[in-house]
Amino acid sequence: MDQTPDIAAARLPGDVLARNFADAHPPLTANQAVSEAERCYFCHDAPCIEACPTGIDIPSFIHKIATGNLRGSARTILESNILGGSCARVCPTEILCEQKCVRNTQDARPIEIGALQRHATDWQMTHGGQPFTRAAATGRRIAVVGAGPAGLACAHRLAMHGHDVDVYDARPKAGGLNEYGVAAYKLADDFAQREIDFLLGIGGIVLHPDHCLGRDITVPALRADHDAVVLALGHAGVRSPGLAGQDLAGVASAVDFIAALRASPTKADVPVGRRVVVIGGGNTAVDAAVQARRLGADEVTMVYRRGADHMSATTVEQEWAQTNGVTLRHWASPTHILGADGSVTGVAFTQGAPGADGQPVYDGLSFTIAADMVLLAVGQVFVADPLDGSGVTVAGGRIVVDGGGRTSVPGVYAGGDCTPGPDLTVSAVRDGRDVAEQIHADLMSKPSLQKA
Amino acid sequence: MADLRTTLAGIRSPNPFWLASAPPTDKEYNVRRAFEAGWGGVVWKTLGEDPPVVNVSSRYGAVSYNGTRMAGLNNIELISDRPLATNLAEIRSVKRDYPDRAVVVSLMVPCREESWKAILPLVEDTGADGIELNFGCPHGMSERNMGSAVGQVPEYVEMVTRWCKQYTRMPVIVKLTPNITNILVPARAARRGGADAVSLINTIQSIVGVDLDAMAPMPVVGGLGTHGGYCGPAVKPIALRMLGDVARDPEMAGLPISGIGGISSWRDAAEFLAMGATGLQVCTAAMHYGFKIVEDMIDGLSNWMDEKGYASLDALRGQALPRYVQWNQLNLKFKTIASIDQDACIKCGLCHIACEDTSHQAIAKIRAGDERRYEVIDEECVGCNLCAHVCPVDDCITMTPQPVDGMQTWTEHPNNPMRGQAANAG
Ligand SMILES: Cc1cc2nc3c(=O)[nH]c(=O)nc-3n(C[C@H](O)[C@H](O)[C@H](O)COP(=O)(O)OP(=O)(O)OC[C@H]3O[C@@H](n4cnc5c(N)ncnc54)[C@H](O)[C@@H]3O)c2cc1C
Ligand SMILES: Cc1cc2nc3c(=O)[nH]c(=O)nc-3n(C[C@H](O)[C@H](O)[C@H](O)COP(=O)(O)O)c2cc1C
Ligand code: SF4
Repeated sequence: MDQTPDIAAARLPGDVLARNFADAHPPLTANQAVSEAERCYFCHDAPCIEACPTGIDIPSFIHKIATGNLRGSARTILESNILGGSCARVCPTEILCEQKCVRNTQDARPIEIGALQRHATDWQMTHGGQPFTRAAATGRRIAVVGAGPAGLACAHRLAMHGHDVDVYDARPKAGGLNEYGVAAYKLADDFAQREIDFLLGIGGIVLHPDHCLGRDITVPALRADHDAVVLALGHAGVRSPGLAGQDLAGVASAVDFIAALRASPTKADVPVGRRVVVIGGGNTAVDAAVQARRLGADEVTMVYRRGADHMSATTVEQEWAQTNGVTLRHWASPTHILGADGSVTGVAFTQGAPGADGQPVYDGLSFTIAADMVLLAVGQVFVADPLDGSGVTVAGGRIVVDGGGRTSVPGVYAGGDCTPGPDLTVSAVRDGRDVAEQIHADLMSKPSLQKA
Repeated sequence: MADLRTTLAGIRSPNPFWLASAPPTDKEYNVRRAFEAGWGGVVWKTLGEDPPVVNVSSRYGAVSYNGTRMAGLNNIELISDRPLATNLAEIRSVKRDYPDRAVVVSLMVPCREESWKAILPLVEDTGADGIELNFGCPHGMSERNMGSAVGQVPEYVEMVTRWCKQYTRMPVIVKLTPNITNILVPARAARRGGADAVSLINTIQSIVGVDLDAMAPMPVVGGLGTHGGYCGPAVKPIALRMLGDVARDPEMAGLPISGIGGISSWRDAAEFLAMGATGLQVCTAAMHYGFKIVEDMIDGLSNWMDEKGYASLDALRGQALPRYVQWNQLNLKFKTIASIDQDACIKCGLCHIACEDTSHQAIAKIRAGDERRYEVIDEECVGCNLCAHVCPVDDCITMTPQPVDGMQTWTEHPNNPMRGQAANAG
């Protein structure tokens, strides 16, 4: 463990980096899309629709692809899910719509719903522009805090109903994790920003970047000059594993590593170790591990404290990690991080095995993995500090909401990762859309707060 | 190995598969390739009088259905556009080299006795085995009072057939057009004229589609379109029905039939033979896949015949005919009901929605949480078969015949106001 840490940028030539971070799953050709669409049975009471958190009418949009009605197809998608373009690229369809496709039972090959959804929405963004128009102005003004998928979907639906929307975000760029979290090769070619431009095409939405709730703005102040306030804050923090040595140079949060990577247009200025250990078993761990490999790390080992079945990363994602040359190790828990001269040199683990209740039982055997970079991916958490003094109730680490997304404070709503439920882009979009509908219903049944 | 040798109107071929008169048989080059591939015979692309006709460019339109190309094909081409002498020389050369194959020459000349009298000896001189009278071409030639313009007038069919029988010793096959109301009328006319066989069907008048940009029927020829003749898999049901009608007609008894229309596989061939065809002709399937498809037609037919114990085509011919009856001879007491194999069911719900929206509300949809189950309500099922057709899983929905209590046809049914009077068609 006495090697000097080896962390460097530009381990690979620029053209190789460009290839490694290009679209991981290139789009279907027009022919492929039609023949795939024709495989769809146009099921009645289709199970895939229920499996989509936003409830897209999947058989209808696919049928429209088969008949060459791409404009209609895109509209069917977008009226349920205005971020249908990014969902088509990032959704873990293997545990959502495609898992429920009846074709699985028949011939173990579901319809490629995600790829077809991309085909239709790409067409719309290239040829059709914004398909929706705004209802007559209502004179209501709504503040949305957080410009991630939840906040953007909410803003779009509010704008459609004729409300004016102010969207605040702490970051300089809108998009939330679509912009700085999701793996680069899933949303290649600056898709996140192109989609935001498309979404804003509806009109009536004003973005206010670099506005941090709790620092530049507060809930009561926003509430005072808006008819409603929406909190779509996502997870601003990461969970800490609390390991000795985690402050050594070369140890970083996987989320920060990915954010730096997403911020770099060429990826040539993002440093990566030669030997990288990633601790965690979720999406974020897989994304960090694979992208470390694609930046040029020689050895990347992803270590999870329980078995493959317990990982929150889906089987498809685990296989994707393996295809990319990431070594997966299970049933091993980190005990401390080793270092020399203030820099990381490795991670010590204790080896476990599945116990009777599925929880790991550690037998005391230990081993170490040498590393010059360690990425921690043991979970993201909602940070409640910006809500201090607002009266918004937080429990179990999330904002408490009722079925309509209403928080404990009248006129303040919340949705997305900062509220209970699965942490997926598509669930965030659903929340944002539904919160908008709830606000619309609530507002339109009351007189305006702002006298015009 | 079943015996596939065929004799139709005295014309022998090693198997029943002939190429129909069309582009695949347009010239020596194609026909030689066809014979090398194994085709039993050809009907040469229709010859006419000189000067030859002129064909347009942009000739075919097609129907693609759910990813299946050329489910139906439509053409606006005419008869051979090459000089008569060229065709005749090539026919002679091919027949000389392939004496065991059937070489039949399709003919279409104006409805004048001298025209027929003039061309027949020329054809006979090539050594061809027989002639087929093209009374079917539904476009271009019909406007010139040939093709289906003759086929649609029984008196002309009879007259021209008689001339041919008079001026040649070759067997005469009369090719019938389906563009009529009752196929029996021209078929019987051909027999009266002395035909040695009939062949059916020629193409069906059609507009295959409209080009919505050019705003013209397809295929578009310099901005305009015209109706054409339809063929391929889509026309098989129409051909089978016309074949069955001719084959079971007592007045046609004993006259061999060359079955044509949508034959694409050995299975289609077996069906045409079972409905009374003696020989078979194929066009679209060869145009779609090339001559090689005949291999499987021959091989598949003979394997299937071996399996079923049909030693020769004679044994198979017409086997389904006694069971092709008028509607009013069907037993109204027969009942079949749908049954769903729950283990095979993939829960697509198509059977339910088809029956619910468009049939008899006989398939219940049962939801327990996430679980879907579709069940037949036996008492409501009328046995229409719709669910079994829409189900995408093979053998998942089967129709189960119920015990039958006697026999009652419409002729005997109390609801029939004409009961007891002379037999009436349902
Ligand atoms: C590395 C990684 C990869 C992922 N990959 C996938 C994937 O492939 N597929 C998938 O479905 N999901 C994936 N997810 C999850 C998905 O990105 C989230 O569920 C989704 O983005 C949640 O949307 P949101 O709008 O609720 O929150 P976010 O996208 O997190 O957006 C929240 C926004 O609020 C802003 N904000 C936060 N605090 C403040 C404040 N105090 N003041 C002002 N603004 C603030 C943030 O800057 C951010 O823009 C991934 C997550 C991570 C971390
Ligand atoms: C392009 C084309 C040209 C045809 N030309 C003739 C012809 O000259 N003479 C004729 O009797 N039938 C002609 N036919 C009809 C075919 O011989 C045959 O009767 C018809 O295509 C049905 O058979 P199929 O379904 O196997 O194609 C033609 C068909 C096609 C597709
Ligand atoms: S098949 Fe194509 S290339 Fe050949 S003649 Fe016809 S149009 Fe021309």
